[in-house]
Amino acid sequence: MIDEGRPMMISPEAVLKTTTKIKLNDIQSGKVLSVHDKPNLKYAWDNGVAIGRYLAELKNGKIIGKRCNSCKRVLVPPRLFCELCWRPTDDWEYVQDTGTILTFVVSHVNWDASRVKKGQRYHTPAVIELDGAGKDQGILHLIDEIEPYDIKIGMRVKAVWKEPEERIGAITDIKYFKVIE
Amino acid sequence: MGLRRVAIVGAGLTKFHRYTQETPKELAYEATKMALDSCEMSLNDIDCVVLGTAPDAFDGVHMNGEYLIDGAGGYRKPYMRHYVGGGTGVLSPIHGWFHVASGMFDTCLVVAEEKMSPAFPHPAGAFLTIFDHTTEQPLYPTLIWIFAIEMHRFMHKHGYRKEDIALVAVKNKKNALDHPSAQLAAEITVEDVLNSEMMAYPVNRLDISPTSDGAAAIVLAAEHVARRVTEKPIWIDGIGYCLDTAYWCNRDLYYPDYVEVAARAAYKMAGIKEPSKEIHIAEPYDPFTYKELHHIEGLMLCKRGESVKMLLDGVTQRDGNLPCCPSGGLLGVGNPIAAAGLMKVIEIFLQLRGEAGPRQVPGKPTCGVAQAWGDLMQVGTVVVMRS
Ligand SMILES: [Zn+2]
Repeated sequence: MIDEGRPMMISPEAVLKTTTKIKLNDIQSGKVLSVHDKPNLKYAWDNGVAIGRYLAELKNGKIIGKRCNSCKRVLVPPRLFCELCWRPTDDWEYVQDTGTILTFVVSHVNWDASRVKKGQRYHTPAVIELDGAGKDQGILHLIDEIEPYDIKIGMRVKAVWKEPEERIGAITDIKYFKVIE
Repeated sequence: MGLRRVAIVGAGLTKFHRYTQETPKELAYEATKMALDSCEMSLNDIDCVVLGTAPDAFDGVHMNGEYLIDGAGGYRKPYMRHYVGGGTGVLSPIHGWFHVASGMFDTCLVVAEEKMSPAFPHPAGAFLTIFDHTTEQPLYPTLIWIFAIEMHRFMHKHGYRKEDIALVAVKNKKNALDHPSAQLAAEITVEDVLNSEMMAYPVNRLDISPTSDGAAAIVLAAEHVARRVTEKPIWIDGIGYCLDTAYWCNRDLYYPDYVEVAARAAYKMAGIKEPSKEIHIAEPYDPFTYKELHHIEGLMLCKRGESVKMLLDGVTQRDGNLPCCPSGGLLGVGNPIAAAGLMKVIEIFLQLRGEAGPRQVPGKPTCGVAQAWGDLMQVGTVVVMRS
């Protein structure tokens, strides 16, 4: 239905002429010529004072945050300033390695959009509200030791740590969280 | 405020495909040329150019804004690039608006381009590096994870069902059948969505918009120029944009506060007090099915928790009381990120002019809103337009 019989400003015929549709196979077979490149850049990211301490404590098997006395949150991951109150944070404070699942996913795809292979466990990332951090103060981590489709929002979980000698000071020093109730 | 009124006077849009043979520059050129032709203007009439394109990692061209200048008609003109991830395409007209409203320029060409296909094996991989390098990247997150994480929280809080949310894909892909740029237009059923490949529960394949190549462009003009160029200028009467914290795990994901903040600013500027009554047509950002509903709530077009009822009642259909994504949205037309956002702005522009052809909504709408969203689930960009 064309209102008031106005001509269309963008003509469908013109739109169809703008691009040339090709297929993945046209590129792979060389029918459409392309240049291939793989940049091989390496970075060393400084972690800063707050995240540096966070990682050092993970190596000790502990989760540390930094309290903001203004909004009463314990910030995990810790930061030197509170982004909401825009002020320096206050005391360092350990939080529990237990928490509650706020939301989760059963992912059949890997980070590069390839599919999880048959027989491998689906990825089950979750946002976990850590005990002692405050309402909605979650971190991203993985859930395991449970059938992926048996996980429910609200379940209580606890961190499963790598052996002390295997820890390197990384978020992966926690292998995953397991359901405890 | 001493600001000038700004109108959209012309628009251009390429066809969207998964793979195009054209280069990013050529895509930008096609859309830009079409936009200028649509209002019978030439580059000589253009005072400045703004360009939107999302991560450089897709095109694989560092300094993509500089690379695209030639296709975007920016040669030896005041030229600026903007970039807020998925929110880019609706930040584009906002960025252009400032240039003209300020009085600095009488006309501004606004171009948005995205070519996602150069990234192999899949452009999704390019998203890994948007996450925090120390606390998140070691877990190998994907964009689909965080979308699914947000969708699950949204469903949990409101008790929404997957089979109801799937109706957004049915509606938008059907609407796209009438869009000449459409990549994934189709007549599908709710069962098709639920039976499509499970990507990351609760997200099935047909809940997701496709990766695309494409470009879009509009021409903005100050009132005295706009009235000369066209008898039907479409006015940008309200703009709003807002970024939330990047600590996305430290907020409740069920509600997009940042969209509400952006919408409130745009509505205030446009003098809108009751958005659900005063806005006749909307293009909320729909890269995933639930996002349309999430954003309808953030735009305050219904109360929190009532977007599914609105969908089921047919309110958001093209012939409903508040048509949403009459273009076919990202789910149907495609999602070349920045270009997809500007495509939404162009849809409202055409609808308010009564020039949307087979997509035209009934009832002569005079006020519409376009919105986009992006970054780490943290940006809202909103534009209110009137005929
Ligand atoms: Zn604070």
